[in-house]
Amino acid sequence: MVKIEFLGPIEQKPLEIEADSLRDVANFLQKIESLNSWLDRCAVAVNGEMCNDLSKRLYSGDIVSILPPVCGG
Amino acid sequence: MELYQGPLDIKSIFSRWLDEERESNYGAFIPFIGIVRAEDNIEGLSFDIYEPILESWFNSWVEIAKERGAKVKMAHSIGDVPIHTSSYISAVFSPRRRVALELIDEFVEDFKANAPIWKYDIVDGKRLYAEDRSSPMSGSGILTNKENR
Repeated sequence: MVKIEFLGPIEQKPLEIEADSLRDVANFLQKIESLNSWLDRCAVAVNGEMCNDLSKRLYSGDIVSILPPVCGG
Repeated sequence: MELYQGPLDIKSIFSRWLDEERESNYGAFIPFIGIVRAEDNIEGLSFDIYEPILESWFNSWVEIAKERGAKVKMAHSIGDVPIHTSSYISAVFSPRRRVALELIDEFVEDFKANAPIWKYDIVDGKRLYAEDRSSPMSGSGILTNKENR
């Protein structure tokens, strides 16, 4: 199982799904209506490292983090 | 990089940073202090941070600074920070002023764009996501970008 966590203001509890790649995660999340307004503005990290590649292979225990728009300072 | 719950004690942090570099022979020290302003009836700001990415983002700037013979430091708040106090400070030390002046500009701007920190206004004790001031991190949209599939 891969864990998906939603950071900052996204009000969605963590999810655990079967996924072999980041593409599987993308396809799964696109079906969740409450995330529609977030997804196109979110970046992704896998196990604490930014990831820009949907073909990224995932393994059981991996953590995928969804990062909405930021504003530090 | 230092993270603190609540507002930063900026005098003690800057004082310690100066002590740390006292013998380093840097000719320029440029501090930046972010202060929470009173506007739109906010009581303060509040912050969430994703530490693993903030750490790697900061470390990449440590390397950039090192290549120029300089050093960067920063501290940021987690949680609530009242108006007129500080939530973010950073500093560049370098042998000469030009490098430090340029680096503090690039460093603070990239911090605003890519540090994984989420800001909320505190109004009537509630946290409201500062959506209009937030920007998508580089690489955003990967989950819906059809060209990537």
